[in-house]
Amino acid sequence: MENTTKRYWKGVEELRNDPQFVKNANTEFNNATTQEDLLGDNPQRRDFLKAMGFGMAAVSLAACEAPVRKAIPYLNKPEFTFPSISDYYASTFTEGGDYAAVLVETREGRPIKIEGNPASSISRGGTTARVQASVLSLYDVDKLKGPKRGEADIDWATADREIINQLNTVAGRGGAIRIVTGTILSPSTKAVVADFVAKFPTARHIMYDANSSFGIVQANQTSFGQAVIPSYRFDQAQTIVSIGADFLGTWVAPLEFARPYAETRKVGANKKDMSRHYQFETVMSMTGSNADYRGTYKPSQEGLVVAALYNKVAAKLGGSSIGGVSAVEVQYLDKAAADLAASRGRSLVVCGSNDPNVQVVVNALNSLLGSYGTTIDLGTPLNYRQGNDQQMNAFINEAKSGAAQAVLFFGANPVYDHPRGAELAEALPKIALSVSFADRAEETASLCKYITPAPHYLECWGDAEPKRGFFSISQPAITHIFKTRQFQSSLLTWAGRPNDFQAYLKNFWRANYYPQASGFASFDAFWIQTLNDGVFEPNKGAAAASGASFNAAALAPAGSAIAQRYRPTSNIELALYESVGVGTGAMANNPWLQELPDPVTKACWDNYAMVSQKTASEKGWEQDDLISISVDGKAAIEVPVLVQPGQADNTVGVAIGYGREKAGRAAAGVGKNAYPLASIVNGNLSMVAVNAKVEGASGKREIAQTQTHETVMGRRAVLQEATLAAYKKDKLAGRYIPKVETSEGPVDATDITLWHGYGKPNHSWGMVIDLNSCIGCGACVVGCNSENNIQVVGRDEVIMRREMHWMRIDRYYSSDGEEGDYKALEVASANPEVTFMPMLCQHCSNAPCETVCPVLATTHSTEGLNQMTYNRCIGTRYCANNCPYKVRRFNWFKYFDNDNFDYHFNNDLGKMVINPDVTVRSRGVIEKCSFCVQRIQEGKLNAKKERRRLLPDEVQTACAQACPTNAIVFGDMNNPESTISKVLASELESRAFHVLEEINVRPQISYLTKIRNKDEEPKQKSVQESQA
Amino acid sequence: MYNNSLNKSLKTSRLSRFCGVLTLSLTLLLNGGQVNAQDSAAAAGGGPAAATPAPASGGGDVEKGKGLFNNNCAQCHAVTDEVVVGPGLKGVRQRTPGEDWLYKWIRNSSSLIAAGDAYGVQVFNKYNKIQMSNFPNLTDDDIKSILDYIDSAGAPAAAAVGGEGQAQDRGGAGASAENGGGSPSNLFTLVLVALLVVMLLVLGVLLVIVTILSKAVQTTGTTGEGGVATASLGERLRKGLSNTINNPTIRSIVVWLFVLVVAKEVVDGAFSVGIQQGYAPKQPIQYSHKLHAGQYQIDCNYCHTGVNKGKSATIPAANICMNCHGVIKKESPEIQKIYTAIEENRPIEWIRVHNLPDLAYFNHAQHVNVGNIQCQTCHGEIEKMEVVEQRSSLTMGWCIDCHRKTEVNTKDNAYYDKLVALHAKETKEPLKVANIGGLECSKCHY
Repeated sequence: MENTTKRYWKGVEELRNDPQFVKNANTEFNNATTQEDLLGDNPQRRDFLKAMGFGMAAVSLAACEAPVRKAIPYLNKPEFTFPSISDYYASTFTEGGDYAAVLVETREGRPIKIEGNPASSISRGGTTARVQASVLSLYDVDKLKGPKRGEADIDWATADREIINQLNTVAGRGGAIRIVTGTILSPSTKAVVADFVAKFPTARHIMYDANSSFGIVQANQTSFGQAVIPSYRFDQAQTIVSIGADFLGTWVAPLEFARPYAETRKVGANKKDMSRHYQFETVMSMTGSNADYRGTYKPSQEGLVVAALYNKVAAKLGGSSIGGVSAVEVQYLDKAAADLAASRGRSLVVCGSNDPNVQVVVNALNSLLGSYGTTIDLGTPLNYRQGNDQQMNAFINEAKSGAAQAVLFFGANPVYDHPRGAELAEALPKIALSVSFADRAEETASLCKYITPAPHYLECWGDAEPKRGFFSISQPAITHIFKTRQFQSSLLTWAGRPNDFQAYLKNFWRANYYPQASGFASFDAFWIQTLNDGVFEPNKGAAAASGASFNAAALAPAGSAIAQRYRPTSNIELALYESVGVGTGAMANNPWLQELPDPVTKACWDNYAMVSQKTASEKGWEQDDLISISVDGKAAIEVPVLVQPGQADNTVGVAIGYGREKAGRAAAGVGKNAYPLASIVNGNLSMVAVNAKVEGASGKREIAQTQTHETVMGRRAVLQEATLAAYKKDKLAGRYIPKVETSEGPVDATDITLWHGYGKPNHSWGMVIDLNSCIGCGACVVGCNSENNIQVVGRDEVIMRREMHWMRIDRYYSSDGEEGDYKALEVASANPEVTFMPMLCQHCSNAPCETVCPVLATTHSTEGLNQMTYNRCIGTRYCANNCPYKVRRFNWFKYFDNDNFDYHFNNDLGKMVINPDVTVRSRGVIEKCSFCVQRIQEGKLNAKKERRRLLPDEVQTACAQACPTNAIVFGDMNNPESTISKVLASELESRAFHVLEEINVRPQISYLTKIRNKDEEPKQKSVQESQA
Repeated sequence: MYNNSLNKSLKTSRLSRFCGVLTLSLTLLLNGGQVNAQDSAAAAGGGPAAATPAPASGGGDVEKGKGLFNNNCAQCHAVTDEVVVGPGLKGVRQRTPGEDWLYKWIRNSSSLIAAGDAYGVQVFNKYNKIQMSNFPNLTDDDIKSILDYIDSAGAPAAAAVGGEGQAQDRGGAGASAENGGGSPSNLFTLVLVALLVVMLLVLGVLLVIVTILSKAVQTTGTTGEGGVATASLGERLRKGLSNTINNPTIRSIVVWLFVLVVAKEVVDGAFSVGIQQGYAPKQPIQYSHKLHAGQYQIDCNYCHTGVNKGKSATIPAANICMNCHGVIKKESPEIQKIYTAIEENRPIEWIRVHNLPDLAYFNHAQHVNVGNIQCQTCHGEIEKMEVVEQRSSLTMGWCIDCHRKTEVNTKDNAYYDKLVALHAKETKEPLKVANIGGLECSKCHY
């Protein structure tokens, strides 16, 4: 494949004047074709005929004799499990500090899909892209099959014996033992660690986070004497100001924050108010894309922005001001201060900085605004980020000095994801005993003496306490796939205790949580109920702790520290950020995550340097040009430029989480590791560099983007938006209602039709997508991939525009161009407004695709579905060409069992993730969103089996179910009780619109206009246009 | 002489050609006939089975009791005096200490024995101390209906036998129709061979007659003026023959006929590619449906537990076999295979008989539970099969055909109420599967 059509498709050689191309330019037939591969070096006509004859004979023989297929039943069938019927188990996703209460769908004992657990009041049935993708990591073929000593496989008994011996030796001579982990949410695991420490008193537990929030903990210690991260109650907030905190994407607990935030943003017939969201930041984050007002600053100004905002609010509300800080000019800062002060008591300021001094000022500001007790709750702290940067830093010093003589790594890969990883890598081989619990020989584990792999979370018992008083349980949904053992069991074994962690966990819950429960006859009843629910939340519904008193003495020193550290520079500054999909890189070997386009840049399979258009022009950089970035003389990384509207001028944004060298085949060669560019400032991790050396390098690397046009170019038939002010006056604000001129005057475009339409007597499946609550996170996209067996195509194919995602989230920037000036409209504003628009098959009632299919492979159902029949499709692609929404995908290749696409569909283990109810499409057919017809069919069958009508909202598509903000509502529009009918009843004459209404294809999907909480009218006036 | 022999050979060759064509067309006819016969047989087989309502007699309880008995008891007990594993149950109400005792015994016989119940211990000892399974889920009502059924089954035995006989007859007819129609069975081959033999005989007789006749003609020819006649006859024949051969119309008709026949064969052949009708692979364990489902009348649901619940009817796990074979026929080599599988913890690898392509979604629960379709409608008379074979073609045409013809089982199913009402408004025709979207692509393909 590498050397065939691809090369000629684009004609790059011609452009480059390749010597190879010049040589062959005049020969009519190129020798180097696939025939060589097929028939050897010297293809002849006879050989060809022979091959063809043999091929035909083989094909006809194969066709005559159907292969013998086996049917292998259970030997001893579990009582309540039936083949082909899904079982759901409540469990808990934890990865680093990320948390979600989940339901695991299993088929014949193998997990195939993750859903959110609606019983949890934290994740509330929502998921993130990583939660959805986590099931694929279970079937990662690059994982270790059992414990290892160096390169050699050993058995567990040997590993235990040797490690216990060495632990005893180290402990005997008083050598330090260090257990280095990421944030551990599990209280029982911490108890296990405590037991281990009791056995080996020289042991200490060190937690660190790759993207740390330790500064907040320190600041709360200084401000309130509580070393915690408080709960943030976005649902209570009227004005939300975020300074560099991507709280919907990556900051602390995006999944917990997304739903309450979205609820403040929803408007409707009975709710004409929404929160106002200001975002000040360097890179264009997903959260910034959702803001009503957005300003940019350079990393060197972060502290100044916070201080300036504080001073402005203090001036209004009468607090002591911070002196000595340099002035800073950031758009909308005054306005934000005014709104904050005006909505005192219903304001919330969050900041992504890891500098405790900055966070102290944020605390002072929130305190001034009366947020404590209303929008911030110090009484129920969050446990998502427990990393202690200083302890971690000290550990690396210990490792280097030889003080640490034994070290255990669990859920931690500091060689890769710590700025001092290289130092640790050098020190590790010298440490007497090093053990990693990693599931693969990754960057840190490969340097350890032993790897005792811990299984995936879906194979484990466990629990979690993401927030004080909110507990959640993990139970295995599959037996151990490889010879792995839980971290907890290993520690218990080595501590000389019974290693049955399930029993340990039960006892732990019996002792600690059962007393908090009421209404259970016995512990067993409580335990069964908890396993069933997945969560136990004694603190649910508790009122926020009343206002804490801010330690006023802390403000002045913080102010002066800020004044000292933050000074404006004229350099190009570097800001590292965590990407919404890949995150910190722990799950980098997950092809679904790699192929998920970044919400804002729409790029996948790479990290890149985001620069503003202005900076790019000044430096003479273009998109895809490689630039080299280095900090403090450390090794430079070369990444391609991506011109990003909304990026602060004179800054470069690079994502962490890429450049994994030892994660496995999917992650190999994807992006560059940016962690070494981070630094430790005053003991705290700093993700910015004000003195970065950024210069052009030679060469280009094409970035795989799924969307390269930036603006909607004034096509108001596609994207309809209005300001809240306008919407309050007119519920049709921002709506575009196309008219058609007729002899009897203008009529609605939908009044004139050639078609007779289809009856939908029984069900009419439809969807409403609220553009106001869609935050662009991509959970739906990965959910869809998982449910519908969507193939991963890889970087090269994405560059060729051949991605297979059935669902995409279109991201549109606003433009400063005048209406009609299409050249100017194509260019996004420097700091644009952003709209996310999930786009999937619209299931048109007058579907243009259906009329052009020559073989009736795409047809209409009586339930409003646009059906796609793969086995009938002959691949003309007429339908894709005729689709106004461009949602049909063509299988250019056979993506399974194909070494050119070496992802999960190329090995038996990876194929275990396949949903058995959905056909795996082969080469040469079109596919597209089916509205999860398999779920519709299953739902109907369940109703029929129970001899009843379908319940309202009984059937959910994968995307609607995955959505953390309920932006997608799916249901039967013929059932007046369903949510979708209720939404449409109130919105049909208001915000609900169809994309491209004037072509009268009558989609089953309606969108609700995007409403921004802005004061002024938008530039483009709401006019009703007419078409001839 | 030369002429004559040429004449003869010409004649023979014509004859043999004729015979060849005859054979070919006969084969074709038979072939076509086979397909038709099979379809009609399938339809005939399906029709009555699907339409036959459960024989209503004796009230609901007896009916319920019959179902319960077949599902729970029939593996070990007969309703007659016959001892299967446990005692025959005819007259069980009269001979046991009372109905309350029976309730206890059926729900938990071991506790009664343990408690030293005299009658219980006696029965236990009499029947080789085989522990009877406990049925704690059966309510008093359930057990009462089972007993009612046993009573009723004992009394009108003659009628029942008669009914059975009828059923047997009908089944027999169906079977013979199917065999006559002939899946490519031995019988079919036999008939063909016999035909060929008969034809060869006819050919031989004809040849003999021709030889004798021409000899006779020759003799008369030498004696008189008949020679002229003979010559002219031979001439005429030859002339006529060459005329026929040289006639372009006839030639092209023959050529076209040949091409058409070959084309039809090819097309038919192509359509049958991948169709495994009649596929009856040898299974790793010689399990007989004829014995279990036919002779012992074990309900299909008893083993195929998923058939009302999910997509797959499920092939029973070994533990289901062990429900009975834990005590019955343990020594049989075939059943020993199950024991071996359990001991070695190695599941039994059955050969799949009914293979739908992956692109087609089929759900048993939809058809059996919701549609109330009999297993036999698609699987044929499984209760008569020693080795299971694929009776239906399982082609899309076959599916669609049934969806067009079959009425939706809307009775007591609220899901269909709206559809029934809508349909009734439009037409008086019965509501067929095709009327409610049963022919839509994404009912089966997704």
